[in-house]
Amino acid sequence: MIPTDYVLILAAVLFAIGAIGMLVRRNALIIFMCVEMMLNSTNLTLVALADRWGNLTGQVFAFIVMAVAAVEVAVGLAIIMTIARHKDTTNIDEINLLKG
Amino acid sequence: MTLILFAILAFIALVGGLGVVLSRNPVYSALSLLMNFASIAIIYFLLNAQFLGVVQVAVYAGAIVVLFLFVVMLIGGNIGSLRHSSRPLARVVAVVLVATFLLTVIWIVIQTLPLSTTSAGPPEAGSVQAVGAALYTDYLVPFELASLLLLVGMLGGVVLARRYKPLTEDETS
Repeated sequence: MIPTDYVLILAAVLFAIGAIGMLVRRNALIIFMCVEMMLNSTNLTLVALADRWGNLTGQVFAFIVMAVAAVEVAVGLAIIMTIARHKDTTNIDEINLLKG
Repeated sequence: MTLILFAILAFIALVGGLGVVLSRNPVYSALSLLMNFASIAIIYFLLNAQFLGVVQVAVYAGAIVVLFLFVVMLIGGNIGSLRHSSRPLARVVAVVLVATFLLTVIWIVIQTLPLSTTSAGPPEAGSVQAVGAALYTDYLVPFELASLLLLVGMLGGVVLARRYKPLTEDETS
């Protein structure tokens, strides 16, 4: 059996990597991937604690988070596609107008 | 034995995560993300969450990464200038903030949970049967709301990614 704190620390480190990527990278696609990684690491936390306490609620919560992440990816990538079509870039420094 | 497997998987997940952040090419980032998701799926199996492990492979590795790859290929991976994006101050601030966060979380984990706490539930706690029963009884409303959200997200994706055509004269009147 895996000690729960190891899993929690792994999840925290993954979350930190995702947060650094989100703050440092300038490509909108990669920022989006980092968001996915952070969501995934919180899911890992939920599953680890569900296992720790023998309670299924954490797993159901993680399942719902996955559904929300899927929706978010679909809508977000559609937005990035539209922006890339209009401005021919995915660099967030150059996307600074609400007007298309 | 399980612990060694977990260590290997954690290493793969971390390498994948670093690959996402450090790759120059977004295609490599997407593939590193796939590696990360796959190793986390196996960790779910180790944590008695079989159903979620399968869903992780199907939804994240199967759908989300493929969608990312499609978009990267469609809009071209390297468009936009990635060169003049190095801003040292932003980098330092990001690393300091995230390191603070990470140290705080690790400290809290070590303080709160006694070391080497292990599983409390039976091994079949996360089987398809158990999670399905919970989803269709206790958590029916969130489940249905998630399906509604998926429908709205699908419509939103279609509408947003559609090629924009201005309205013609007789459509506006």
